[in-house]
Amino acid sequence: MTVVHAEPRAGDADPSPARRGRSSRWSGILGRNPSGLLFSAPYLAFVAVVFAFPLGFAVWISFHDYFFAAPGADVDRPFVGLDNYTNVLSDPDVRRSFLNIGIFLIINVPLTVVLSLVLATLLNQVVRGRVFLRVSFYVPYVTASVAIVSVWLFLFSGDGLVNEVLGPLAPDPPWLINSFWAMPSIAFFVTWKQLGFYILLYLAALQNVPRELYEAAATDGAGRLRTFWSVTVPAVRPATVLVVLLSTIIGANLFTEPYLLTGGGGPNGASASPVLIMYQRGIEQGTPGVAAAIGVILVVLVLLVAWLQRRFVGGGES
Amino acid sequence: MTRRVSVLRYVVLGIGALAFLFPFYYMVIGSLQPEPDRTPAGAFPDPSNLTLDNYAAIDDRIDLFQGLVNSGIFTGGVILGTVVFGVLAGYALAVLQWRGRGMTFALAVLVQVVPFQLLMIPLYVLIARDYGLADSYLGMILPFAINSTAVIVFRQYFLQLPRELFDAAAVDGAGDLRTLWSVALPLVRPVLLTVVLITFIGPWNEFLWPFLITKEQSMQPLAVSLANYISNVAASAANPFGAMLAGAVVLAAPAVVLFLLFQRYFTSTNIGSGVKG
Repeated sequence: MTVVHAEPRAGDADPSPARRGRSSRWSGILGRNPSGLLFSAPYLAFVAVVFAFPLGFAVWISFHDYFFAAPGADVDRPFVGLDNYTNVLSDPDVRRSFLNIGIFLIINVPLTVVLSLVLATLLNQVVRGRVFLRVSFYVPYVTASVAIVSVWLFLFSGDGLVNEVLGPLAPDPPWLINSFWAMPSIAFFVTWKQLGFYILLYLAALQNVPRELYEAAATDGAGRLRTFWSVTVPAVRPATVLVVLLSTIIGANLFTEPYLLTGGGGPNGASASPVLIMYQRGIEQGTPGVAAAIGVILVVLVLLVAWLQRRFVGGGES
Repeated sequence: MTRRVSVLRYVVLGIGALAFLFPFYYMVIGSLQPEPDRTPAGAFPDPSNLTLDNYAAIDDRIDLFQGLVNSGIFTGGVILGTVVFGVLAGYALAVLQWRGRGMTFALAVLVQVVPFQLLMIPLYVLIARDYGLADSYLGMILPFAINSTAVIVFRQYFLQLPRELFDAAAVDGAGDLRTLWSVALPLVRPVLLTVVLITFIGPWNEFLWPFLITKEQSMQPLAVSLANYISNVAASAANPFGAMLAGAVVLAAPAVVLFLLFQRYFTSTNIGSGVKG
């Protein structure tokens, strides 16, 4: 997934004499410029406090009967083994939410890849109006979900504009309270909202495709579609791997849209996401152990999906 | 042939732009209409019928100004932390030689793919319960205090600068801190706006985290108070859309205006290098 950039040249070149001279005492232990560690210390501390420790703590909570208590109170939080996990796995609401997020990803990820690659390719070929088009594509991405949700509620309500235009084709009950359409509606919303970001990623990748490849394809008499399929698609494959990975991770984090767009994962849990259930179980109902177990399962599943995607989308590359 | 293809290309791109922009237009129109008109004709109302009543209505229910101030403090704190500590880390990663540099860079890349859902419960327990930082700006800012994408963007930027700049300072006898202060920082300006834009999107639009830790309305960022309005009133009020859309316009406007003004600092090259590392 990561594109390897040139490592700092200082790494292979000889250090300048001045630099080596000053810190020679420490160079054995901390490297040539020990102040690098000092400069990075705030960031490292931040990562330790906000990412590393909570990750471990999440796993710990998921194996204990954890409950909220006043700060400083000495309470017993017994180890319960896999109890939280068995609870979670036998809970129909939780199982439903994992199914929902699966439906979401099956719609969202392929749609995101196809639309953003096509739009980025077209955008890369035009000159006039390029800035206007690029900006209008990413405006939804930079706007708060909460703000856009309002207008989607308005557009997709029972007698909203979308149904007015569709007339007899409109689903009944309307989109967001229809148990079949609720999850796909959320998937379309998120695809639309995030697309601009992925278009930017693909644009960056497209600008690095060597021109000779296109010239060679033209010499061979390949048409536009053929060129797109045989030159562009393979050339941007590393970007595709990245887009698939990021959209999967962002999708698995889904919370705001089911919370607001379908009024808390409705109808009847048809659009509840695992993170929404985590919020309900962990914070509203005060069982963080259960919520942490859902989180651990979700992350393990995401890692598994990401690994599979990388095998299939990534082709032979590492 | 070529001409037809070119026209077709613009048609597809134009449909795309319309699909992205129309909801925003509709948001503004809906917020200005006294009665929501959902027919297709309602998208093109008579200008004399427009009113600002919806803005007054939403301001009555949630204090828009206080919400904007809270969002601003939250976002400003994150940007400040990211710029100050991000420059330091980015500089150290690009220019200095120290043990643990490779691992720190790997961390910065990895952190970007750590899913927030796993951190949500422990962070809530730690920050809201153990540290007692619920309903405080510090509690809001802490989990976002240094944006890792920004650290990588700073690193990429310093890597592009000629190495000799820094070596010359060292030969002149300047220490690492001195070199950072008088050589690196004055050069950082072109990338600063990119970092501010990348960082801004996160906290300004963030909903889940501030929603978890702010229960007092006077402390809530606008995204949270508007969301509470949507989820509480959407069920009860007969016609809440006008006010809702007015609140949405107020929340969306600062972000949209910022990105329109500074769009040239938010391009594929900036973003591509930041995410991929």
